[in-house]
Amino acid sequence: MIGINVYLALIAIATLLSMYRVFRGPTTVDRLVAVDIMTTITAGLMVLFALYYERMIFLDVALVYAILAFGGVIAFARYMEGGL
Amino acid sequence: MNALTALGEVLVLIGTFFYFLSALGLIRMPDVYNRMQTSTKSATLGSLGVIIGVGIWALGTDFGSAAWLTKTVVIAVFLLLTNPISAHALIRAAYKSGIPLWEGSVMDKYREHIEAKAKALEAAESETPEEGGEE
Repeated sequence: MIGINVYLALIAIATLLSMYRVFRGPTTVDRLVAVDIMTTITAGLMVLFALYYERMIFLDVALVYAILAFGGVIAFARYMEGGL
Repeated sequence: MNALTALGEVLVLIGTFFYFLSALGLIRMPDVYNRMQTSTKSATLGSLGVIIGVGIWALGTDFGSAAWLTKTVVIAVFLLLTNPISAHALIRAAYKSGIPLWEGSVMDKYREHIEAKAKALEAAESETPEEGGEE
């Protein structure tokens, strides 16, 4: 067993790695894909933060964050398709 | 450390590993379709591991209650349902906005589908006036 600090650090590093594609990506959809993955990873990070601070209210924050990220990605996808 | 804590920690470790695989696929793969293919699936599985792992881990601690597991299962099911939808919408937008496939790709089923559909529509349109003329 390694400990919760190590997991938090590893997930944060994974988020930073996906930031590389946000800055580098040649097309707009590349950046959108990277942002989608980054928000998914960040939702998991928020759930882990709830355990770290021993507060259950952070789980609600993670749920609302996931819902808003989903709506944003769908809106951007419709915009890229030209349907918005 | 009891059994619930150990089980939750193992699940969180597996989820973290899959998060890493997803970020790696995002960096490594050659075009947007391959990137979406590798990273979305592993990010969904990693979220399931981390989120349900936290719920089980909290059950084993002294501050944890059953509400932790309930809320984490709600978040996990929501992510499991919405992640494929957003990936599908994004990749359809990428195809419709004309991003080319990687030169090593060997198959394009969506284009075959569109062409077959257009051909069927053309055939149907050319048949109808002939029938009308005969009558």
